[in-house]
Formats: sequence, C-alpha cells, structure tokens
Amino acid sequence: MELFTNQILAGISTGAIYACLALAVVMIYQAIDHLNFAQGEMAMFSTFISWQLMQWGLPYWVAFVLTIAFSFAGGIAIERVLFKPLAKAPILTNVAGFIALYSIINSSAGLIWDFTIKQYPTPFGSAPFLGSQLISTHQAGMIGVTLLLLLALYFFFQYTRVGLAMRAAASLPESARLVGINTSWMIALGWGMAAAIGAIAGILIAPVVFLEPNMMLGTLIYGFAAAVLGGLTSPFGAVVGGFLVGIFENLAGTYIPYAGNELKLPIALALIVSILVVKPAGLFGRHIVKRV
Amino acid sequence: MTALLNVKDLRAYYGQVQALHGLSFSLNEGSLTTLLGANGAGKTTTLRAICNMVRSTGSIEFEGAALTSRSTEGIVRLGIAHVPQGRGTFTNMTVEENLQLGAITRKDHAGIVSDMERMYAHFPVLKQRYTQQAGTLSGGEQQMLAVARALMLRPRLMLLDEPSFGLAPLVVRDLFGILGKINREDKVSILVVEQNAQLALELADQAYVIETGRIVMSGAAKDIANNEDVRKSYLGY
Ligand SMILES: Nc1ncnc2c1ncn2[C@@H]1O[C@H](COP(=O)(O)OP(=O)(O)O)[C@@H](O)[C@H]1O
Ligand SMILES: [Mg+2]
Repeated sequence: MELFTNQILAGISTGAIYACLALAVVMIYQAIDHLNFAQGEMAMFSTFISWQLMQWGLPYWVAFVLTIAFSFAGGIAIERVLFKPLAKAPILTNVAGFIALYSIINSSAGLIWDFTIKQYPTPFGSAPFLGSQLISTHQAGMIGVTLLLLLALYFFFQYTRVGLAMRAAASLPESARLVGINTSWMIALGWGMAAAIGAIAGILIAPVVFLEPNMMLGTLIYGFAAAVLGGLTSPFGAVVGGFLVGIFENLAGTYIPYAGNELKLPIALALIVSILVVKPAGLFGRHIVKRV
Repeated sequence: MTALLNVKDLRAYYGQVQALHGLSFSLNEGSLTTLLGANGAGKTTTLRAICNMVRSTGSIEFEGAALTSRSTEGIVRLGIAHVPQGRGTFTNMTVEENLQLGAITRKDHAGIVSDMERMYAHFPVLKQRYTQQAGTLSGGEQQMLAVARALMLRPRLMLLDEPSFGLAPLVVRDLFGILGKINREDKVSILVVEQNAQLALELADQAYVIETGRIVMSGAAKDIANNEDVRKSYLGY
C-alpha cells in the first residue's frame, strides 16, 4: 500500500510537469492549430538561461523571475519572426518551421553550453517531505508551483479583459476582430505565455533529469500525450491529462512485470491510445452545449 | 445632413471571382438605411468590404476617414459595430461574457457597467440568462444578444446582416421595434441588410436595392414600398 501511494504521489509530481508542458502546447494549438514540436527545446533553453544566471551569481528566485520574463519575450519574438509570416502557409510549411526551430534551439544550446550533463539546484531541497518517505520536498515543490501557476492562469483567463480577449480570439477569430480584438497580438501573447509556462516546467524538472540539451525529449512526449489525452482544445483537460499520464507512467513502471523503466513509456502511451479509441476528442475535447 | 458613410465604386473579389461591380451609396448620420436584394446579390460582401474582411477596391469613407487601408479591428475601433451573417456569437461563453466582449475596446468601466444594464433593459430575456452559455439560447435570443453585443461598443454605426434570418415573424417584429428605438433614442445610425424587404422597408427611412453586385434602385423607404413596379421587379412581393 505504501508503495502504491508512493507511486501515485510520484506520478502526480512528474505529472505536474507534463501538465505544464501540455498546457503550453494547448495554448499554442488553440491559437494557431499546430502542435509546437519545439516546446520542449524552448523550455530547455530557458532552463539553461536560468542556470547561466545562477552561474553568474544571481540567487535562484531572481534567476527564475528573469528567466520567465526572458522566455515570455522570446516566445513573442519567435511568433513575430517565424510563425506570423507562416500563418497562411500550408501545414507542412509550418511543420518545417517547428523542426527548424527545434534544431536551431537544440544546437545553439549545445554550442553555448555543450552536451555534458549539469547539476541543477532545487530551492526546495530533497529531504523527505514532512518527514514522510513518500515524496521529497522537491517533488512537493513541483506540485505546489504547478498548482499556483494553474490557479493564476485560471484567474487570468476567467477574470481579466486580456484573458477574455485571448479566449475569444482562440475560439472565433473573425468574431473577435469584429469586436475590435487584435487577434494577431493575441496569438503572439499566447506564444509568450506558452514559452513562460514551458520555462517553469523546465526549471522544475531539471533537478530530476539533469540539465543538458536533450533533457526535455522524453518529457515533451509525455506532455504531448497529456495534451492529446485531455483533448487539445481544453486547457483544463491538458492539466488533468498531465497528472493522469504521470500516474499511469509510474504505476506501469512499478506494477507491470518486466516493464521497468524501459517499457513504461510505450505502456502508458498504449493506455492513452485505448482511451482515445473510445473518446477520439480526448477526455475533455470541445463539447459545445447545443440546443436541439 | 452630412454623410456618415460614403461608399464609391466598390468592387470586391473572392479569388478570381468578382462579387461587387462598382457599387456606390451613402448613409446619413442618424439614418436607418436598408440594403435589399435577393440571395447572392452581394449584400453580405458589401458589409464585409466595409470592415475590410474581403479584398476590395474603391473608396469607403467613414466620417471622412478612409477605411480601405485599415484592419478590421481598427475599423471597429472607429465605432462601426458589425453583426455578421450567422451572428458570430461566442457560443461557448456566457451571455455576460459576450456582452463584455462587445465592450472589450472600451476603458470606461462605469460606462460599461451602465451599458450592460441598458442592454438588459432593452432585452430582458438576456438578463434572465446572463450566466448561461450563449450557445444554449434560442435563435431569437441569440440575435438579441448579437445586437446587444454590437451596442456595447457604443458604435456610431451598426451594420446588421439579415437579422431576421431564421426567426419567427413575431420575434422579428420585436427585434425591429427595438432597432427602431435604438436608432431614435441612442442616435446610432444603422445599416441593415435584409431579404425580408417588406418588414425592412417599414423600419428604414432610406433604402437601396442591390442586384448582382450593383445598386439598381435607391430612395426613401416608403417611396420604394409604395412603388408597385419596383416591388414586383426587384423585391418579389
Ligand atoms: N467565400 C466566397 N467565395 C466565393 N464566392 C463567394 C463567397 N461568398 C460569396 N460569394 C459570391 O459572391 C456573391 C455575393 O454573395 P453575398 O455577398 O454572400 O450575397 P448576399 O449576402 O446578398 O446573399 C455570390 O455570387 C456568391 O456566390
Ligand atoms: Mg448574405
């Protein structure tokens, strides 16, 4: 029983990271209808920035805040320079754009910081959380930061004018323009926010997977799986999907004989595919209440 | 009287297909003008061209400012509210959020709150449903919501694309009554596109008739309504 609870909690803590990445992916998907394959690389680059700032002597939280701000601006810049011109281009052109972005970021990180793995600090420590052996303080910190972030995003989208405008632009761009919303800037803003959320995910997971240019590879696959599982149109679904994927992954690794660490990814993905067979739009894919 | 909106030699294109062939008309400050025509005549295209949502040439001036080089959202910010064909309702948002979106470009919080109350007075049914998802409203209620959303901009000019479409005759009368009231009391100039010529001519003061992308008839609404030849040849009633 202890093992079971332990695995669930561990699943929730990595699930928190998947939830963040899935949220970032959904945010961009809602705005431009494309999956951002480079989301993980953007997060990795942001994490390196924060590491570099700390190397230069800045305290953890100062580096954290500066990195979020840098990532937000960087996300907007990427949209303005690379994807705004591609807005009307065919899907494959966009896919090429994402792959280009992926490799540019990946190799620049390798060039600047090389490919050796680096330790990344945690401000939460790694002692047992509240004296219990179930999860570490860092894992608890990951869950806590994610929940705070989700709460902040919820309030932003539900109760601010910009949040309302962003939702309107994502759901009906033409109607949004007809109430005077600059939908093009809303897309850029979505990119900025997605980059910032990804940065948080990268910074939180770095102490676990260690810092190196390919650190987000596995994580992003889980993040995509989470986004698809939740239904790509629902931020709430992305978050739930993230936690579910984290829990699946851990339970599969522990309880399915011979699965271990090598097979837990395919097993978790197989489970997700079976859910999608039953609910193709994902667990929380757009359901519109319609009058009949 | 000064012209609020002045359209000259408007041509519009969907790819290679030309939908408007040099259309000219004007609309006076404070007037309620209707643009009539059969299905496919180019009414929707005209409204879309005014808001720069379709490729067009020619000149469109609103209070003397040229609209042709502006973005759709920039044109809206000048005070032109457009209720598109199909209403453009944000169906997965609440009634109240739809109204807030109508006022999204405004900064005067107190004014927005009082306008919201005014809308609920014009359309009491919206007040009963303000927390409900807009997609669950009936067609008539959604049209009321679309008009209310447009009014939340405090527009100088409101463009309405076939507001009567799909509504029961009684609901249309109700809606047109409110449009007339808004025009008189709130001094909002209105350009309403209709296939339902009879009702629109009762409501409007000026009328234009459009056929395959050209204006073929214009004048005071009551003159057109009283001219049997025109009614028979262009309006089909
Ligand atoms: N999206 C479109 N693509 C191609 N042709 C279009 C499109 N929309 C309208 N048209 C054409 O333009 C002409 C005018 O259409 P429209 O303005 O919608 O007419 P109305 O609103 O008067 O019914 C029609 O011949 C129609 O077929
Ligand atoms: Mg039409």
